[in-house]
Amino acid sequence: MTDAISVARLVKTFGRTRALDGLDLVVRTGEVHGFLGPNGAGKTTTIRVLLGLLRADAGQARVLGGDPWQDAVRLHRRLAYVPGDVNLWPNLSGGEAIDLFGDLRGGLDKARRAELVERFHLDPTKRCRTYSKGNRQKVALIAAFASDVELFILDEPTSGLDPLMEAAFQQTVREVSGNGATVLLSSHIFSEVEALCSRVSIIRDGVTVESGTLEELRHLTRTSIAVEASQPISGLAELPGVHDLVADTTRARFDVDPAELPRVLRHLAGFEVHTLTSRPPTLEELFMRHYGDAPAAPEAAAEASR
Amino acid sequence: MSAYAGTGHLIRLAVRRDRVQLPIWIIGSAAVLAAGAAAVADEFPAEADRVTALRGAGGSPAVLLMRGAPVGTDIGALVNFRNFAFMMVLAGLMSTFAVVRHTRQNEETGRAEMVGAGAVGRHAGLTAALAVTLGANLLLGAALTGTLLGAKLPADGALAFGAACAAIGMAFAGLAAVAAQLFQSSRAANACAATAVGVAYLVRGIGDALGERAPDGIQVTSNWLSWLSPIGWGMQVRPYGGERWWVLALPVVLLAVCVLGAFALVDRRDLGAGLIPDRPGPATGSRALLSPLGLAWRLHRGSALGWVIGSAAFGVGIGSLGDAVNDAMSGNAGATQLIGQLAGTAAPGLVDVYFAAMMNVFGALAAGFAVQTLLRLRSEEAGGRAEAVLATAVGRVRWVVSHLACAAGGAAAMLVFAGAGAGIADAAVGGDEGVMTLIGAGLAQLPAALTVAGFVLLVFGGLPRLLVTLAWAGLVVSIAFGLLGDVLGLPRQVRDLSPFSHVPSIPAVDATAGPIVALVAVAAVLAAAGMALFRRRDLAP
Repeated sequence: MTDAISVARLVKTFGRTRALDGLDLVVRTGEVHGFLGPNGAGKTTTIRVLLGLLRADAGQARVLGGDPWQDAVRLHRRLAYVPGDVNLWPNLSGGEAIDLFGDLRGGLDKARRAELVERFHLDPTKRCRTYSKGNRQKVALIAAFASDVELFILDEPTSGLDPLMEAAFQQTVREVSGNGATVLLSSHIFSEVEALCSRVSIIRDGVTVESGTLEELRHLTRTSIAVEASQPISGLAELPGVHDLVADTTRARFDVDPAELPRVLRHLAGFEVHTLTSRPPTLEELFMRHYGDAPAAPEAAAEASR
Repeated sequence: MSAYAGTGHLIRLAVRRDRVQLPIWIIGSAAVLAAGAAAVADEFPAEADRVTALRGAGGSPAVLLMRGAPVGTDIGALVNFRNFAFMMVLAGLMSTFAVVRHTRQNEETGRAEMVGAGAVGRHAGLTAALAVTLGANLLLGAALTGTLLGAKLPADGALAFGAACAAIGMAFAGLAAVAAQLFQSSRAANACAATAVGVAYLVRGIGDALGERAPDGIQVTSNWLSWLSPIGWGMQVRPYGGERWWVLALPVVLLAVCVLGAFALVDRRDLGAGLIPDRPGPATGSRALLSPLGLAWRLHRGSALGWVIGSAAFGVGIGSLGDAVNDAMSGNAGATQLIGQLAGTAAPGLVDVYFAAMMNVFGALAAGFAVQTLLRLRSEEAGGRAEAVLATAVGRVRWVVSHLACAAGGAAAMLVFAGAGAGIADAAVGGDEGVMTLIGAGLAQLPAALTVAGFVLLVFGGLPRLLVTLAWAGLVVSIAFGLLGDVLGLPRQVRDLSPFSHVPSIPAVDATAGPIVALVAVAAVLAAAGMALFRRRDLAP
């Protein structure tokens, strides 16, 4: 078993809205997988199908080798889930909610729970109705990470956390990953995904548009280059694969397609370059390149599917 | 007056949100009254019939407890006797839910926070809620007055009837406004204010039951206890019985006091807070909580205890009247017939029939508890908490069964305690029904309550978004067809649709296993079908 999650051509419709339209997703056992996409792209719907809360209309989904709908209870013993919107019972204390979720999942590690309560600075005696969004998320995170499971499914788990808690979260994900667990992390925080994830999938309108390691994805996209030379630079604009060129006589700044990079470098060599910086695109730039200039998806229809 | 800024906008928002709900309350109430008035004109066209019926009723504390004190013998007076108290309960509940919906519920859901951050004054929310509720009560009063005028009844009485219902509705709106300030959850505020309506009905009932009978054997002067209850005040306005308009000042004074108190509380507390601050809870969960059933019990235990205690107290009240029923009604054919109709049998022994009829009422209450408890399944699902539980190693059936167990267990406890309370009180005042007999009579109602519960589960599995409406409608239909079918003159086939029509009227008749087994089977099939549907469907937010 090499894949913790494998999804192929998944389709889910709500009335006339097609929330998932043939989505593919593979999460290999032991990796931390980033799951990216704009609001309403279908991330939460995918996760709910993986948890057996929604039933797919077509396509295949396997979680830990089982069918998420048929084997829901058996699989849920081996995974932990943190929803994007953590809703708790207002009159239970945070500590009670943590123990409840842990026990319903099949028990949690008391020492680990105490350590995490300390690390996330949670007061477990407060009633859940008095918790802020971030504190409710901490309850769900502690309940999940104190469980001894093979797979963590985290749906935008840090959207309400402060930077200190974000660091605590990243440390905790590295710990569980180091112990061999698999993590599916849906997130809008690019620095978090870049720091934690070995592979990412980017989806849009219910379809996977990119999937691979960050290096692979970067290969597909332009490199940013800034250059200063002793002689006036000429002829760059005429080269194929050069984009967004900003140049005065001896300085230039531009993006270049990966396939054209060798030729561009040979061209630059003729101008006695004394400074050259090249920067691979950040995940944010990758993401913006996929979504930034395209017409926005119909938000209302997409929202309804979440 | 910046504290009231934005009130107009909030009133329009509240009217927009209630544009379906409040008209249904108002039109529904008027329709029930129209049917009631028509039934009186139809059944008792002659003065002599009305005198016979009222003589019987006036002699029966149980009937006085349920309906009120008779004020005269003309058609209007009988319409008053049969419908007035019930109409005031409807007005009270409509007002309670409306006020809490537009105050505490907004705060609880965080809507009030967004609204309050706008150019909206601190008092605007409560003012808007009261204004909308006042408008609804005025419309309700006008609709009821119009209904009675339409039935060709005199104008004075019609006006008194409508005005009293509107005024009593507003008195309960005031109590709800205070409750909404005191409690942090709308559930608790609604429960407190709705309980006030129930207690007011009961206190008035006891006052009327203990009232003094006039020499003509018809009119009854209520005991002073009735004057402690807002619904009692409404009765004392006496539509069609020499209207006493000054009594209408009492609910208005109560409203004024409550509104002043509620605004004083608004000024003294933070948004979202109650007056009773939260104490810290346990840092870890106890073993008893850590299972689906433990969680369900934790969620339901408060309301279950309230219902069980209420049933026991009501049972004691019913039981203590048993002997008085016997004394008052021996040799009174009219009352015997009326009670017999309520019990759905010909009458073998008066007291037995009385207890059988009352146990049917407890069966309806137990079904009401079961409905309220099972509706929690839907609010857990819609609120996203079911998702978190079902994403753990808890199967869907196990989750539903944990809540069903609380509903069934609570309903059974209610019926046992009601029967025990009635039996013990009956023995204390010299009756001889027997505690075990009445506990058995109570438990005989359980299969009917469970059948209603099974219906709720079926709808939850098949049509979750319509659950709240359909569940309450199912309960109301079961009660109307089963408990009141005879009084309303419904044909046998229609009455048989209600599970309550099939419960053996213990102790008036001997227990028979057939209908009980059949009802249990129906309940089981409905519940199983509901769970099968729920297992096959998506979670629906």
